[in-house]
Amino acid sequence: MPQIGRNERVRVSLTLDGKKVSGLAEPRMLLSDFLRQQLSAGAVHVGCEHGVCGACTIRVDGRAVRSCLMFAVQAQGCDIETAAGLAGEDGELDALQKAFRKNHALQCGYCTPGILMSVTSFLDSNPDAGEDELKDMLGGHLCRCTGYVGIMRAVLEYAAARRA
Amino acid sequence: MKPKPFDYVRAETLDEALDALARHGADARILAGGQSQVAMLNFRLIETEVLIDITRIEALDYIRIENGALEIGAATRQSDLKDWPGLAEKVPMLHAALPFIGHVQTRNRGTVCGSIAHSDPSSELPLCLAVLEGEVVLRSKRAERTLKAADFQLEMLTTARAPDEMITAVRFPLGDASAGHAFDEMNRRRGDFAIVSLAAVARQDSVRLGVGGVAGTPKVRNWSELRTGDIDEALNAFAWELGGHDDIHGTARYRRELVRRLGRQVIEEARSCRR
Repeated sequence: MPQIGRNERVRVSLTLDGKKVSGLAEPRMLLSDFLRQQLSAGAVHVGCEHGVCGACTIRVDGRAVRSCLMFAVQAQGCDIETAAGLAGEDGELDALQKAFRKNHALQCGYCTPGILMSVTSFLDSNPDAGEDELKDMLGGHLCRCTGYVGIMRAVLEYAAARRA
Repeated sequence: MKPKPFDYVRAETLDEALDALARHGADARILAGGQSQVAMLNFRLIETEVLIDITRIEALDYIRIENGALEIGAATRQSDLKDWPGLAEKVPMLHAALPFIGHVQTRNRGTVCGSIAHSDPSSELPLCLAVLEGEVVLRSKRAERTLKAADFQLEMLTTARAPDEMITAVRFPLGDASAGHAFDEMNRRRGDFAIVSLAAVARQDSVRLGVGGVAGTPKVRNWSELRTGDIDEALNAFAWELGGHDDIHGTARYRRELVRRLGRQVIEEARSCRR
């Protein structure tokens, strides 16, 4: 049974956007801080640090979760996906990102990477989700710029394109 | 916004978790989904010497039907219960209540048993457990015991769990097909903490109503016969008994008014789906 003392720093290895990486963490280090500080994962945005704003949302083993409500040591061996993994190797935006750009679904962009990860995760398990369900999913994110109208437009357009 | 330092133990079996609890007792806390607890640790509203992570104990990740009840293990996520195919038929109350719990992003990690262990007076799952007269299975190295919801939920954020015990499962009795179930709650934004939450079970002439968010624990009232013309008076009396409290989200008076108005709605809804 793994036991880690409070002042001990252990190596945490995981898959980040398809690449095997590792870094050092003490038990109390939040996964969000670990990803940013140890693994330079800049697509993980830290907002409220208590699970309300949704900015730090990532996919852990496929599911959208708050990275500020997990400890780094819990992510040992997990498959982590962030918004940085959406675009192609050549930097071309993926279909969801293009829909956001086209529909003016972001202004400052701070909440955007978290929303992108929620949308892909939710549509993977609910491919036929309608407007109400998508609104409900978006309820887990705070955006102070857009008023959500552009975001909903982008999400609906992307969801329809995926179904086609 | 960072927790105080703590030692971390990742239990891989139930025995390992119980050993660690026996060793550390009140100095330790169990970490399941952590969707309330990690936020409280970040805020330093709570602190702990040792955190015992049970999320990787595979034997505790299950949903099964046993002895007329739906039994849910301590590592089972709220999303997994919400998506469990038989839920609407087996325990219709849970099917109605689960969409109200936090957001999909917190249900993806939050556990069913963790919410019941946390015992927040406005939480949906403790209310369902109370109104359905469910049970909590507690294990320690010493023994296993099973408590009725009413004996487990003592006060706000306070339960009958001993320091060396952990919840290994909760049991919700299967709904009987003739009864009607309804759940509703009031909050400022979908997914926020409920200001008041209500759950009703209607059978022939009787009604069982549970109210969360007004008293320190979910409170349940049984009316063996409740005529439509008597609902308002019955709810008014119940609301005054519950009392309520003032906070930033609403006054005690507002909470009592929600019990009267939403109470009537959920009772009528539950009655309309009787068979």
